[in-house]
Amino acid sequence: MSATAPAVPPAPTHRRHDRTPDAHAFPTRPYDLVKEFVLALVGVLVLTIGLAWVFSSPDERPITMSDWATATPNDVVATAAGELAGTTTSAQYGPPYNSASDGQMLGPLALQKWAGVRIPVDSAEDLVLTPLGRISGDAILKAALAAYRAAPPVQRLAWSTAYAQALSNAPDGDPARVAPGDYGPVPVLTDRFLGLARSGGLEGTLASAESFYGIDATRSLLLLADGTHLEDQARAQHLGGDQWGMMNETGNYPGQPWMWLYTFWYQVPPFNTSDNADAQVWALMVALTLVLMLVPFIPGLRSLPRLVPIHRLIWRDWYRQHGRR
Amino acid sequence: MSSTDMQPRSWTAWLRGRISGLVPPGQALPDRQPAYVTSWIYVFGVITLAALLIVLATGGVLALGGPTWWHVSSVGHFANSLHLWSAEIFFAAMVVHLWGKFFMAAWRGKRALTWITGVTAFVGSIGTAFTGYLSQTNFDSQWIGAQAKDGLNAVGVGAYLNVLNPGQMLMWHIVLMPAVVGILVVWHVVLVRRHGVVPPIDAVGLGSPDGGVKQ
Repeated sequence: MSATAPAVPPAPTHRRHDRTPDAHAFPTRPYDLVKEFVLALVGVLVLTIGLAWVFSSPDERPITMSDWATATPNDVVATAAGELAGTTTSAQYGPPYNSASDGQMLGPLALQKWAGVRIPVDSAEDLVLTPLGRISGDAILKAALAAYRAAPPVQRLAWSTAYAQALSNAPDGDPARVAPGDYGPVPVLTDRFLGLARSGGLEGTLASAESFYGIDATRSLLLLADGTHLEDQARAQHLGGDQWGMMNETGNYPGQPWMWLYTFWYQVPPFNTSDNADAQVWALMVALTLVLMLVPFIPGLRSLPRLVPIHRLIWRDWYRQHGRR
Repeated sequence: MSSTDMQPRSWTAWLRGRISGLVPPGQALPDRQPAYVTSWIYVFGVITLAALLIVLATGGVLALGGPTWWHVSSVGHFANSLHLWSAEIFFAAMVVHLWGKFFMAAWRGKRALTWITGVTAFVGSIGTAFTGYLSQTNFDSQWIGAQAKDGLNAVGVGAYLNVLNPGQMLMWHIVLMPAVVGILVVWHVVLVRRHGVVPPIDAVGLGSPDGGVKQ
């Protein structure tokens, strides 16, 4: 290896506090960039093939509505009743789905509200009543739907709320063991809704409500997330929000470790008890990202590498031969 | 003065001048580097680039069969495994590269934009990987989407970027985000070649006013 004097005329920098010389003002040595890249490409390819061969990749099939109805039928009925009563997460969510609440606040900033209702979802209508309305050949359901729709909103809400409450009081939430009460047609509706979910037809009525192709799963996922089955399955695999779940994936795979800091904030106060945790964590991460991006302009922070001796290790050969300014 | 000299400068000539001036002559693909470029830390930038190419290539293979092909094909599943692990290597190498450059204070000598494009590419890559997880059409996609929507909705982003819509997420994952990351990476590499590898902290160049004398 031979070092030669610089061939390119130096162009020293002129920033007031930056005395870094031009890279071309230094002697050079042979360096085969193309060879380095090819070797890196081959090395990474071999490592990738080896890891893929040995560890494969996770692919746990999605939960279907039929799975949900089979595994926890009472949860499906309770969720349907909750959608009609307006007590589920999606029904009370706020923007971008509805105006039931303002959503989260970032101090005085109502970012969620200001973004508006751009993906409108009426939980009772879109997630329960419309799918039920597409079932044909069921006279009892047809009559129940007609009675429900004909009733004043106050009456509908009273029936649905009473039934949702009765379900929560019933042993295991079992609809067959609900105390007698004035629930109107709601028990029929939720029972048929369970049947629709069991049949495997619910996804189609939700996803293809406005499109033949149905590539938008917003309604299906909002409904699924309103129940407890999805979260129960996720928590069983340590994917809960308070289980560092946002950086993990199913099975023993690395997931997204680069999201460790984002996930970390959800585990500690004040974020783990805040009603506005999502907005606060996002704001914090945006601020930290900007700090990282603008390190070159932040006094003190930009000088940190000079104080940490890692650079002495990286350039130990140069410093040994040439010393420091 | 010839008639040629009298002609107004064409847009083509202007663009050619801008492109040829991006990198000093001989520095686009040099076969020599400053003598201080001797550490293994320098390899991680190249490894990141190599892994990115494999990520793109394996993503291209997955695109051949469509978004659900890998669920029903052993070949597709292996392609997905290659995509996953090359992405993991890509991020691992990029993080080492990033922190290596931090402790080298690699923004010195008018290299702030090089640092900024690198950090932005890192953040863009996180977004790309995130939309990839949402495009898997499996349980992970369901759960990650259900969780992530709250964060995005809370700051108003979710009104435009619907993580519960795998169609939108797939388009972002295979078109928009790779385009953004690709442009940033090319820009970053051009800046690296334009300014050269940052000299050691407190180093003195032989051609600098200090004369390169050992002190």
